[in-house]
Amino acid sequence: MMSNHGNRITQGQFSFLPDLTDEQITLQIKYALKNNWAVNVEYTDDPHPRNTYWEMFGMPMFDLKDPAGILMEVNECRKTFPNHYVRVTAFDSTRGWETPRMSFIVNRPKNEPGYRLIREERGGRSMGYTIVPYATDKPEGERYV
Amino acid sequence: MSETDEDTQTEIPPDDTEVDLEAEFHSSNVQEVLDKLDRELVGLIPVKTRIRETAALLLVDRVRKQMQLSSETPTLHMCFTGNPGTGKTTVALRMAEILHRLGYVREGHLVSVTRDDLVGQYIGHTAPKTKEVIKKAMGGVLFIDEAYYLYRPENERDYGQESIEILLQVMENNRDDLVVILAGYKDKMDRFFHSNPGMRSRIAHHIDFPDYRPDELLAIARLMLAEQNYRFSPEAEKAFAQYIEKRRQLEHFANARSIRNALDRARLRQANRLFAGAGRKLTKRDLMTLEPDDILVSRVFSEGRPDTVDGAVPENT
Ligand SMILES: Nc1ncnc2c1ncn2[C@@H]1O[C@H](COP(=O)(O)OP(=O)(O)OP(=O)(O)O)[C@@H](O)[C@H]1O
Ligand SMILES: [Mg+2]
Repeated sequence: MMSNHGNRITQGQFSFLPDLTDEQITLQIKYALKNNWAVNVEYTDDPHPRNTYWEMFGMPMFDLKDPAGILMEVNECRKTFPNHYVRVTAFDSTRGWETPRMSFIVNRPKNEPGYRLIREERGGRSMGYTIVPYATDKPEGERYV
Repeated sequence: MSETDEDTQTEIPPDDTEVDLEAEFHSSNVQEVLDKLDRELVGLIPVKTRIRETAALLLVDRVRKQMQLSSETPTLHMCFTGNPGTGKTTVALRMAEILHRLGYVREGHLVSVTRDDLVGQYIGHTAPKTKEVIKKAMGGVLFIDEAYYLYRPENERDYGQESIEILLQVMENNRDDLVVILAGYKDKMDRFFHSNPGMRSRIAHHIDFPDYRPDELLAIARLMLAEQNYRFSPEAEKAFAQYIEKRRQLEHFANARSIRNALDRARLRQANRLFAGAGRKLTKRDLMTLEPDDILVSRVFSEGRPDTVDGAVPENT
């Protein structure tokens, strides 16, 4: 399901739940730090599910002992991009994994208009489907104002 | 929201609620750290007393909080002043542990930095650098050695000021997240506070580290050797006492650090001596014992100057 009730975008962990509180975010980050994953804050205003590379808000954070520093960055990012999607990812650098192990949204635009479904009639009565976010009709930076 | 407010309202303990400070103290395990401090650090009586007092204050404060007599986190930022090698970094490490056991920092680690770790080389470099250090120190203690180098009044565009401003903000707004300890020489620190009143007003505890007396330095030497399973022969100990007397008068004397360095060199000479005497039968005792020769060949005796520079390099000014 690409869009669901109220058009809330569902991506990564916890996105079917109500927005996480700062305490809940802190606990999740704590879990990531406990596992020695590098935590990263990212943002975008192009929430297409295939857009895996969001913009990085600052450098990934290594060698942190406590979640407070990361929450500080999250809040900094929310302040800079109050109407963007912001997510926290945790990267596991151990050999064999070398991949994000966690990813969850921590900020959303006030209005999420959702996606337009486009049906394409192809030869032989077959049908192609694709989705386009309504928001991306506008240029970057002007999408969720 | 209003419900929880009511809850806390009704929970205020009556004035005759019993308070067991002793039990609080035991459950915090602070005594263990204080004992370790006593055991591992020679001398430093005024410092140890101040730390004990601070620990008592924090403990009482914690209980007051439980009794809802105070709600704010007390200001815990500190300043350690003293000459090089007087144990400031070592005590800061212990302090982090004490604060952790009393529940004033969540993790209890120490991040030790100097100006170079905080201040950048070009515009826009300083803020991320300082913030990165702060983020690493969160949950623990940020120890800034020779903090006065952050402030360079002779260069009005110095980036140090930017770093100071970020630190000031964090010291005020993130008191629950980290404790900052500034360290350095007393007179320079005083001058620094004079020109940075914002910094001074955020620091609650000033602890001064005295220079060690010669007998304390010798005791420190014995302790350091024992830690590595070495010892002085009786004559070597006398030679080392003489060494201390002489070394203290020379430049770049760095208290306990000079002692550590002198012992490192003595161990090197001992190893050479043992090799040079090859063929002679050695015992385990020979491997453990430093002899006068290992000390007396120092330049401190022959030329009246230090073998190497032990302390922080003094400013050019
Ligand atoms: N009282 C003491 N007893 C035993 N060892 C000590 C004592 N004081 C310092 N030392 C040892 O001396 C060395 C230098 O101490 P430390 O690094 O804490 O000094 P410092 O005051 O931070 O010096 P600087 O100002 O140059 O940074 C360390 O190896 C420490 O273990
Ligand atoms: Mg030091």
